Amino acid sequence: MSEIAIPSEAALVKRRRRRRSTPLEYGRKRWIQLIVALNFLFLYFPIVSLIAFSFNDSRRNVTWQGFTLKYYEMAFKNDALHQAFLNSMIVAFTSTVVSTLLGTMLGLALYRYRFPGRGPFEGWVHLPIVVPEVCLGVALLAFFAWVNIPLGLFTITVSHIAFSIPFVAVVIRARMAGFDESLEEASRDLGASGWQTFWNVTFPYMVPGVVAGALLAFTLSLDDFVITFFTSGPGSTTFPIKIYSMVRFSVTPEVNAASTVLIVVTLALTVSAMLIQARTGKKIDTHG
Amino acid sequence: MDKRKSIISIRNVTKRFGPVVAVDDASLEIMEGEFFALLGPSGCGKTTLLRMLAGFETPTEGDIIIDGQDMTDVAPNRRPVNMVFQSYAVFPHMTVARNVGYGLRVTGVPAAEIRERVREALALVKLEGFEERMPTQLSGGQRQRVALARALVKRPKVLLLDEPLSALDAKLREAMQMELVRLQRSVGITFVIVTHDQDEALSMANRIAVMDAGKVRQIAPPADLYEFPNSRFVAGFIGKVNLLDGRVAGFEDGRLLVDVRGLDRIAVPYGGSAQGEISIAVRPEKIRLERTPPANGRIAIRGRVREVAYYGDESHVFVENPTGFTVTANVPNEARTTTPAVAIGDELWLSWDPADTLVLTE
Amino acid sequence: MKDWRRDKLAFSIFTLPATAWLVVFFTLPLALIWVYSFGDRGPQGQTIITFSLENYARAVEWIHLGIILKSVWIATIATAICVILGFPLALGIAFAPQRWKNPLLLLVILPFWTNLLIRTYAWIAVLRTRGFLNFGLEWAHDQIAWFLALIGLPDVLGRFQPLELLYNQPAVVIGLVYVHLPFLVLPLYATLERLDKSYLEASLDLGASQWRTFLSVLVPLALPGIVSGTLLVFILSLGTYLTPDLLGGPDSQMIGNLIARQFGSSRDWPFGSALSFLLLYAVFIFLWVRATVAARSRGGVGV
Repeated sequence: MSEIAIPSEAALVKRRRRRRSTPLEYGRKRWIQLIVALNFLFLYFPIVSLIAFSFNDSRRNVTWQGFTLKYYEMAFKNDALHQAFLNSMIVAFTSTVVSTLLGTMLGLALYRYRFPGRGPFEGWVHLPIVVPEVCLGVALLAFFAWVNIPLGLFTITVSHIAFSIPFVAVVIRARMAGFDESLEEASRDLGASGWQTFWNVTFPYMVPGVVAGALLAFTLSLDDFVITFFTSGPGSTTFPIKIYSMVRFSVTPEVNAASTVLIVVTLALTVSAMLIQARTGKKIDTHG
Repeated sequence: MDKRKSIISIRNVTKRFGPVVAVDDASLEIMEGEFFALLGPSGCGKTTLLRMLAGFETPTEGDIIIDGQDMTDVAPNRRPVNMVFQSYAVFPHMTVARNVGYGLRVTGVPAAEIRERVREALALVKLEGFEERMPTQLSGGQRQRVALARALVKRPKVLLLDEPLSALDAKLREAMQMELVRLQRSVGITFVIVTHDQDEALSMANRIAVMDAGKVRQIAPPADLYEFPNSRFVAGFIGKVNLLDGRVAGFEDGRLLVDVRGLDRIAVPYGGSAQGEISIAVRPEKIRLERTPPANGRIAIRGRVREVAYYGDESHVFVENPTGFTVTANVPNEARTTTPAVAIGDELWLSWDPADTLVLTE
Repeated sequence: MKDWRRDKLAFSIFTLPATAWLVVFFTLPLALIWVYSFGDRGPQGQTIITFSLENYARAVEWIHLGIILKSVWIATIATAICVILGFPLALGIAFAPQRWKNPLLLLVILPFWTNLLIRTYAWIAVLRTRGFLNFGLEWAHDQIAWFLALIGLPDVLGRFQPLELLYNQPAVVIGLVYVHLPFLVLPLYATLERLDKSYLEASLDLGASQWRTFLSVLVPLALPGIVSGTLLVFILSLGTYLTPDLLGGPDSQMIGNLIARQFGSSRDWPFGSALSFLLLYAVFIFLWVRATVAARSRGGVGV
């Protein structure tokens, strides 16, 4: 048929077929895999070692001396830590409720309404997210001094609400971006009023976003240090502030134990946020 | 038979993606200088096969020989083969000239030569003077021509084109079809295109390989493919066809005797051997419609017109036979009149020359 | 999107509470210290408004300028290291097999969900003189010394000297990279993920090597994402407070710490306000640059 020289059949069959990766599978290149692994080592080593050594039976050593829960015991018996944790919870709950309410309404308004100055207004609403926390913290400190409000749980909560509102608004906005407006039009077409449409059609769709926003607000409040630092007074310590003062003193397994508790609580909340968002989001979207 | 050289040899190539077999034991030869088409429905493996030729996938089994050398494992940037991508992939951050010259720049061709060859290539695709334009300023068709120039400037042995006409509108598509054929003839290199559109393949290619579910079903020039399909699939995929079930009753005088439901026993000239259940097929344009019984020697069916579809240049007439099956005939609208030659409900005779019958055993 | 006038009541109810809150507890405080920045510290430590630019002038005196420049320097180094570590990470995930992508992304985000304070101080245990890193280095040192002794070579290493890795600039840089890595990796991943792979294939097909394809095609097309992530990390690093506070020493104080000190022990609120606003202006400028790059890239790429 053709007169070109081709390798013999035997030669072709004998040569093993090895699975060469396609040109664009960077993920299979050895050196990339190495850097990825190094990155994860970098990301996880500090946290993992911190958690691991909260169980270490030794005051300061970096060597493993035995497994113990005594530092957790100490942490749980620590009254100051208790109070700080309680304070954190009070602040976080209050902040979450108020900022979720206000932020959701704001997010909805930004999604739905056209109004003069909309662009600059949106930019202004997003400012708290990008302003460095130090600046905001000292500004609030000066403000409370100027209006003569003593620093305490009230000032902390009020500040937390202020920086949480934009985050909630962003989450709601993002959620509403995927909303099919013809659902509302269908509802009006069938005779429902504005409020009825809102409660029966729009709000159910919003719920996963509201939940996600609330959990985000809670986490932000629970975890916040810098702004809380500037707006707290004597007797109004929150959990992160207490940990900070313990760390300043020395890094002990007790501090690690307290930190681990905070890590677990935050992770649990965030994971549930994601799960709720995924599950209800899917349910509402497929039945919508 | 072929005094031309085989430029691509695909030997028992199989490609698996996990449990999915995209290409199943495909073998074919592509000759130097021909316009070859890989045709098939989506998911048949034609694009995978093309990408294996370009080097973006590696066969799980089998070999690919390009111009006499085993290129199965060779990286794509070292093959004498260039590809025009379905999305054109014209680099948006470079001018037309830098796009076209890119392949020459990265292989160290001197700047003066690059300039000259880029000018040549742009002239070839009728884009003279477009050197400094940015891709965002070009239409889809123009970007495609940039992609063509960019590949051709490298003077590859084979040019691969992935669904080159799918993104163009109907009018542009037809013009581009002729443009590509003209280009291939003037440049003289082998073109291999992948398409799901049989009109494209039939009108442009010298030879076509029809694929289905990873397998190569038939390789032949367009006319052979159309008039002598080797299977029900190929007969049905290329053009339209009337398919009837039948059973072989015997063989006599070089003709196959077949019992078809609803017909008398028919005798079809047939070179091979067949037995048992087969399919009988005939193309709609081979069928003649008459109001009187047809001449002897033709295969004839009586029926009633159920539907007429008007296409301007021809009409497709759907005739239902008393036993229940429907046969389509294509009738050219030869006379300039608005009164249809055939109306719904008419009783007619359909007939065709037995030699026009396709015997399909698989 | 409806015009607000059609639903005046609903619109007001939705926007007014949040707006009022933000005005009172965000804009007003910032406006207050903006005014303070033109003021002066009074004899009893209170603030007197004098409408002078004196504080801003003080900010660029050498002692303070030194800290500002050092902050910029630290932020730049941290950003550079983030890019060096994060780009291959984003690349590796974007081009990984499909089923690995989301788990890998989750793994990158997970540390981000833990408390900033905890994440930062965790490094103290790693970097201190009797910390994990030095411990590991000492172990390696001992192994090498033992091996040298085994094959009879003289002990060229000498006693193990632990590295001073805490309460100095390297510590702050490490802390900043650690905290801000996800901010680079995630947007960069999104950009790479959206990139049309046929551009890369076309480059290879035309004869370019992998490295050439990376430099000439991938990087230019991913540039908007790279620039965006880089600027974000830089902005965040510049305004950081906690990391230099916990991990830094006297030579590695940054703008944030300087500002905090003015409102703490130094009791010089006007000066602190001026510094705050200088930081804010810098942040806004970089944000504006970032937004401009993003807008311009949206017009050009993606043909």
